[in-house]
Amino acid sequence: MLSRTADNLFWLARYMERADFLARILQASRRLATLPRAYGGMETEWESALLSSGAAPAFHAAGLAVDEANVTRFLAFSPDNPSSIRNCIELARANARAVRTALTVEMWEAINGAFLELKAFEQARGRSAEDLTRFLDFVKQVSAAYDGGAHRTMLRNDAYWFSRVGLYIERADNTARLLDVKYHVLLPESEAVGGSLDYFQWTAILRAVSAHTAYHWVYRDSLKPWLVADLLILRPEMPRSLIACYESVVQNLDRLGKSHGKQGPAQRHARAVFGQLEQSTIESVFHNGLHEFIQGFIADNHRLGALVSEQYLF
Amino acid sequence: MLSKVAQFDEMGGFEGSTRPPYEKLAKWLGSVEPEFLASRRAQAEFLFRRIGITFAVYGSQEATERLIPFDILPRIIARAEWAELEKGLIQRVKALNLFLADLYGAGEILKAGVVPSELVYRNPAFRPEMAGRRVPHDIFVHIAGIDIIRTDDDGFFVLEDNARTPSGVSYMLENREVMMRLLPDLFALHRVAPIENYPDQLLATLRSAAPRGAGADPVSVLLTPGQFNSAFYEHSFLADKLGIELVEGRDLFVKDDIVYMRTTEGPRRVDVIYRRIDDDFLDPLAFRPDSALGVAGLMGAYHAGNVTLANAVGTGVADDKAMYTYMPDVIRFYLGEEPLLQNVPTWRCREKDALAYVLDHLGELVVKEVNGSGGYGMLVGPHATRAQIAEFAGKLADNPANFIAQPTLALSTCPVSVASGVAPRHVDLRPFVLYGANGASVVPGGLTRVAMTENSLVVNSSQGGGTKDTWIIDDAPLARA
Repeated sequence: MLSRTADNLFWLARYMERADFLARILQASRRLATLPRAYGGMETEWESALLSSGAAPAFHAAGLAVDEANVTRFLAFSPDNPSSIRNCIELARANARAVRTALTVEMWEAINGAFLELKAFEQARGRSAEDLTRFLDFVKQVSAAYDGGAHRTMLRNDAYWFSRVGLYIERADNTARLLDVKYHVLLPESEAVGGSLDYFQWTAILRAVSAHTAYHWVYRDSLKPWLVADLLILRPEMPRSLIACYESVVQNLDRLGKSHGKQGPAQRHARAVFGQLEQSTIESVFHNGLHEFIQGFIADNHRLGALVSEQYLF
Repeated sequence: MLSKVAQFDEMGGFEGSTRPPYEKLAKWLGSVEPEFLASRRAQAEFLFRRIGITFAVYGSQEATERLIPFDILPRIIARAEWAELEKGLIQRVKALNLFLADLYGAGEILKAGVVPSELVYRNPAFRPEMAGRRVPHDIFVHIAGIDIIRTDDDGFFVLEDNARTPSGVSYMLENREVMMRLLPDLFALHRVAPIENYPDQLLATLRSAAPRGAGADPVSVLLTPGQFNSAFYEHSFLADKLGIELVEGRDLFVKDDIVYMRTTEGPRRVDVIYRRIDDDFLDPLAFRPDSALGVAGLMGAYHAGNVTLANAVGTGVADDKAMYTYMPDVIRFYLGEEPLLQNVPTWRCREKDALAYVLDHLGELVVKEVNGSGGYGMLVGPHATRAQIAEFAGKLADNPANFIAQPTLALSTCPVSVASGVAPRHVDLRPFVLYGANGASVVPGGLTRVAMTENSLVVNSSQGGGTKDTWIIDDAPLARA
């Protein structure tokens, strides 16, 4: 396939996934921000939302005060934030339009429909909290519809594999950044220090990745910060965990390699990262430092993106 | 002024009695409620927006993507009428191809004095780079859109030839799909010639036109200027239906006079380029150096005979409005046949007597720029203000050769479903002719364009015109003997 098309599909999947993640971050933050301080409600919540989404530098450069209204607007609707939900959808559609021939009708309709809804929502004046809730749910639905459309209707060829590789690299990055911002409340000592004060922080993390129920099914235990970390890093059955994302990255890159008749640096690197995750235990992660581990992963994941680009001539 | 001209309606004729091809439609219209039509209109709009069938209007910022208005009532042509039209279209495109091969070759028609040389050599669309060059299979125009009008029962006139990169075929195809979803009952009353094989025929035409050196399985691509072009929807639609890559200039490169596309598996050789980019932008080395849309070195590969461009470079010299007036003679010259399709009577303002006549009758005539397109730069005399007429008289006196004039024709009307009910609107027709090494074909019907504004004669989509589905039907006898 055309290199440009592969590039577009790769980024299209990333933008759709990012929009979904931003919607989840905002929902989790809004929930946390309504808690009384005694239950862990902290003013830093909106700063964390900015950090997790990677939008903090742009936000501060704009000189805005960190509060609910500003952060929500910036992450959801701002044309000035390159990765606001709005811009993600717009960029996704621009990419989709450019490679329309590589998309199925269902995928195109999901994105185009989202774009039209977005325009309608932007025109609606005086947004209420209820409107915002509806909008965030809508974004998650669109992302699911796109993803489902791809899964159900795309031919299993390189267009599909590139698209999936983009999706899982983005998802891994999102999970890792969420963990990075919150790592301090997940350290084992924090239970002794902060006690249940952090309880709502942990649930917020789980909610942001739709894993609140999953946690209980996997561990059949009350919330323990190290188990939250374990779930999001090392449990293969958790679809947003780093290891699950990498299992999928490796699979899709392998299929790509097979169809092109050769493996390259991207495949080798992805397998190495996956192997490392497979050999890790949560104890060894904590022993070597959770923060360092996550930082290392983010860098590795970023490197994979670059290798995929190099190898496939984007 | 217009009201004095007898108006031919494709459903009602001159007197308002239903013409045979429209009998079932007329009956059906009598049986449905206005609310029904209104709901179908709304549904059509929804469908088109959802599918994303849009086009861009240059110079209008707030709406870079707009829908072309679609009318839900079909335009119907009887099979026997169509058969005549089809023969005339193929004859015309055949002549256009011979004409172009001659203009860039021996120039016999110029030597014979049938067409004035300066009309060719001073024409901005004439490509000196092509002089003395042959193109694969000597085919210049692979895809032509011939604009047709009618003013009465007695057949059709050619209004304009489009031999460069005619567009609109995606609307023709999508209109049909939408119609079948919207009005299945009306459909079931007729036997409508299918058009869905157009993409297959187009692909066959492109493949047949591949350079002789290409293998048994030539690689074709569609070259688009990109998603900001007004016809980008059509480009992506066609590439998808043809199953070929939709490429931009930056996806292609030329090495040793061979064209390649950049793929994830490395460079892949390209044999046929269905290009939807104007000549000027094809190759920055040969034409406009500031073009970022084209492919450097493409003309070298073309001249080396390693790639087919469809349509060929330089076809614009044959389809401008001044050359149009010579088409009947061109057909006689190359084919030794009388033209089956008539031209609209046209005054060439470059000729002294014609210019004098035109200047005296500006208020009645339609004056067009020889190289204008899309309905821009024209004067519709009966609808123009005095100031506009005076301005045009000035332009004409300054550069008469740049203009032609035609009578204000009573373009036929067709029933259209509008908010106030069913009303007549002016229409034309753009059939698409394919011409390959495998022969010529015309997809039955074509794109009917409608001037959606009451009494307006301008059907161009860039000027607010709309479209209709066009049905060639089998079972209605012709009115005339």
